[in-house]
Amino acid sequence: MTFPQHLSYTKTHEWIESLGGGSYRIGLTDYAQSALGDVVFVNLPEPGDTLAEGASFCDVESVKAVSDVYSPLSGAVSEINEVLLDSPERINQDCYAAWLIVATADAPGSDWLDAGAYSALAEAEANAH
Amino acid sequence: MADDMNKMGAPLIFERSKPGARTQMLPPLDVPESLPDPCALRRCAPPLPELAEGEVSRHFSLLERRAFGVNNGFYPLGSCTMKYNPKLNDEMAALPGFADIHPLQPEHTVQGCLEALSRLDVILREITGMDAVSLQPAAGAQGEFTGVMMIKAYHESRGEGSIRTKMLIPDSAHGTNPASAAMNNYTVVTIPSDENGCVDINALRASAGSDTAGLMLTNPNTLGLYEPNVAELTRIVHDAGGLCYYDGANLNAIMGRARPGDMGFDAAHLNLHKTFAAPHGGGGPGGAAVCCKAFLSEYLPSPIVTNDNGAFTLDCGGSSSIGSIHAFYGNFLVCLKALCYLLSLGRDGVTLASSNAVLNANYLMRKLTAPDNAILLDGKPPRACMHEFVLSLKKLKSATGVSALDVAKGLLDEGMHPPTMYFPLIVDEALMFEPTETESRDELDAAAQKITALLNRAFTDPESLRSAPRSTPVRRPDEVKAARSPTLRYGCRTAQ
Amino acid sequence: MSSYIPNPDAVQRDMLQAIGLTNLDGLYSAIRDEPRVKPLNMPEGMSELETRRAVSGMASRNVIFPDIFRGAGAYRHYIPAIVKSIASKETFLTAYTPYQPEISQGILQAIFEYQSEICMLTDMDVSNASAYDGASAAAEAAAMCRVRKRARTLIASTVNPGTIATVRTYCRASDAPVTMLPAVNGLLDMDALRGAVGADVASVIVQSPNYYGLIEDWEAAARVCREAGVKLIAVCNPIALALYRTPGECGADIAVGEGQPLGIPLGFGGPYLGFMACAQSLTRSLPGRIVGETTDADGKRCYVLTLQAREQHIRREKASSSICSNEALCALTASAYIAAMGSFGLRQVAEQCCSKAHYAANALAEAGFTLRYGSPFFHEFLTECPVNADSLMARLEREGILGGLPVDGGILWCVTEMNDRGGIDRLADICKEARRHG
Repeated sequence: MTFPQHLSYTKTHEWIESLGGGSYRIGLTDYAQSALGDVVFVNLPEPGDTLAEGASFCDVESVKAVSDVYSPLSGAVSEINEVLLDSPERINQDCYAAWLIVATADAPGSDWLDAGAYSALAEAEANAH
Repeated sequence: MADDMNKMGAPLIFERSKPGARTQMLPPLDVPESLPDPCALRRCAPPLPELAEGEVSRHFSLLERRAFGVNNGFYPLGSCTMKYNPKLNDEMAALPGFADIHPLQPEHTVQGCLEALSRLDVILREITGMDAVSLQPAAGAQGEFTGVMMIKAYHESRGEGSIRTKMLIPDSAHGTNPASAAMNNYTVVTIPSDENGCVDINALRASAGSDTAGLMLTNPNTLGLYEPNVAELTRIVHDAGGLCYYDGANLNAIMGRARPGDMGFDAAHLNLHKTFAAPHGGGGPGGAAVCCKAFLSEYLPSPIVTNDNGAFTLDCGGSSSIGSIHAFYGNFLVCLKALCYLLSLGRDGVTLASSNAVLNANYLMRKLTAPDNAILLDGKPPRACMHEFVLSLKKLKSATGVSALDVAKGLLDEGMHPPTMYFPLIVDEALMFEPTETESRDELDAAAQKITALLNRAFTDPESLRSAPRSTPVRRPDEVKAARSPTLRYGCRTAQ
Repeated sequence: MSSYIPNPDAVQRDMLQAIGLTNLDGLYSAIRDEPRVKPLNMPEGMSELETRRAVSGMASRNVIFPDIFRGAGAYRHYIPAIVKSIASKETFLTAYTPYQPEISQGILQAIFEYQSEICMLTDMDVSNASAYDGASAAAEAAAMCRVRKRARTLIASTVNPGTIATVRTYCRASDAPVTMLPAVNGLLDMDALRGAVGADVASVIVQSPNYYGLIEDWEAAARVCREAGVKLIAVCNPIALALYRTPGECGADIAVGEGQPLGIPLGFGGPYLGFMACAQSLTRSLPGRIVGETTDADGKRCYVLTLQAREQHIRREKASSSICSNEALCALTASAYIAAMGSFGLRQVAEQCCSKAHYAANALAEAGFTLRYGSPFFHEFLTECPVNADSLMARLEREGILGGLPVDGGILWCVTEMNDRGGIDRLADICKEARRHG
């Protein structure tokens, strides 16, 4: 499993890339995509939707499960990755390229992890299962 | 030979179609033709199949051979109560005196239908310990929707509709419970289970309050355990001003032994197609009764059958009724099958049916959890269960990589319908067995042997289970492909 | 008493012993703190013959009308023998939901065929495996359309009252507002629709043929809806679909209806068959089970329940509907009916219904029961009633005829292929007679 150094992470398995100017790209981590299994659909929000840190803003479906994706920050959705609507499998193929949304926020989230800390957390969770 | 037939693919009925083939069903038109204006007509004819009757017959006979019913073998599908469906009941429901009755005939011409509904109503009140019944819901989930809506109407009538916004539901509940609560705009509060799989009473106590609309509970619960503190659970919710709803999916365990009304529940639904032996029809039609205490009866859906000394009428209910949930009176012919069943069993029969359902489940559980199998199964099995029990194959999976799904698929090769898989959600690698009372000891012994053999095979030949089944008309389907690029009809590739 | 328990008492005793108990009461030691039930107060059980007699006795207390001129949501059509034979096949009857696709291909394929046929009849893209009945299908369709700020459902007042009542109940549960749209001359008032499609409106429900049998203009309604960003829910009669403009052709977003006319007996109102089909863009909002095609591990074509993450057993409180059990056997029956009748046969049924209804309307008009509305109708029509409706119905009943349904001071008649010319003439004669003698 890979966790790129330049990204930030949440305990709920989202990655965040700071694009500068209060803009952030958000996706699912390698651990998340692997735990989900084959993703068959992504229910994306709409541009303009408000985001609250820790609240679900979209969900991801596998054949037998649906999982919430939690917002790492408080702000608004500025862009969604519409490619995923037709090709949800991209999340499994390359989860760091298959971003879900771009969000704008006044500040980053309060509880982000760096790659090292997140990697330890993901490993611990993987062992628990 | 039969097996070979079974393995052959079945063409779709559209692929068998031969334009022009038909069987003449109707006589020629005996009045002058009078058709709509051409601009009102559909532009092209629907490409429906055209076959001679013999071909239609062959087609559906092939489909029947590629299906599995209670008539074909052991069907211990937990939570579904797949008991034998007595044939008399189907025959009675097909009598022209029921099948050919229009729902809007005058009351005096449908006294037999109303009598049937009324007699079923009386028996179900007695079995549940409730005061009033509606037979309108077409299935258990619609019964839940209805019951929760009655609870909502009750709170609204007391001016508490906007305050009591939360429905308490254990984490072991069927998915229909939270979905039915959400259809009524309730916020679902999930109550965790304790280490025994029963409702965590302290968690319930902590969650119950002035915003509680009610509690939805299945008892025995979905682990097949009778909630030991059920009276206390309902008391906690009542003390907080909430009402208690009983999901009757598991009533087959307790008929004649305990009644939801006595446990403190205010409303309940029963699944006529589970407990009362109406056949499941490949997924429906079901039928449900919503039962309630007297103080909720004014909210029951309309109409309700009333009996005035043998003269039956359809009472459209007062202004407090939640209204209609069905165009007419529910799935009447399913209600009729349930009535036939209850008339046949009678007072002692229903108690005996439940007792034997519990006996069969305990007998099978004891066989499967014998000390020899301890290494295969996770956790300490309960000492006793009600009508169903849940095994966890978590330990087997970590030891062998063989999952509950693989074991279920292996059972298909053994000619047995697998138990319910991966439910309740609180048990990892769950297999949920409900043998019902209509299976013989021989059948249970044979099933126990097959299951034990499969569990052992997980160690010796795991691959054979991971690639099972092999003897069925098709092997494991690619469900990811089905969901990612859905093809949901003939002749049209649907992209999402 | 029949309990269908295969284990004789002696075997039960052995089994009890095997689990360390001496009697059946011991199985219930977990029940402790609520009062134990005294013996149930219900009748003693009966043998099969006694039950048969008792239930047949109830059947005989119903009146079977040889001639039925009443519809209003439940229609008597000819049911070919092959349809009854297929619908009573034991495996179809006793199987559960096809959760194990490897041994359920027959059920899954039958549902897939049914879904295809509903799409063909409605000209919509996607159908589900069925809903409880036509009324609740309309209610579920209204729920499908509600998004964010658009919560209101508009209903034409020409929709079947049973459907209106059910939609109202479901909407009330969800705290979603409903507005009734008025009618002019028995048809939806298009001006009222134009005025009502505000920013909070999610959908409009329009039935055609409507409750009075009249053909509504779905196409005009769809135009109004599209401009306003509102969804059109077309409530249809499956027999009429063989003949008339379809919801798909007219631009509806969702088509729903009561599938009972497709080979399902009247059965005092149920079980019936709610069908639901929608445009592809709404697929993920469609409630209930859906069967899809895929391939198995050997690459062989097969069928599975799919898109299950929409449903309650996975999505729980976030599911758009709690529907679980549906009307699968009724859907299979409808599919068998469609196969037995074929494209030609289904159209023939529709044409005969239409022709005979018009013949009857003329005959009744001559008897003094004139049409209330002038616009085109399919197989139902509302006439004035120049006599006391109750005594007319009683007179017809004595002749073995179930007359039309008294509605709005008139009578709503229904004529199908089951009514022959002789029967229609006799109906008209009795009506004429009733008028003459008052």
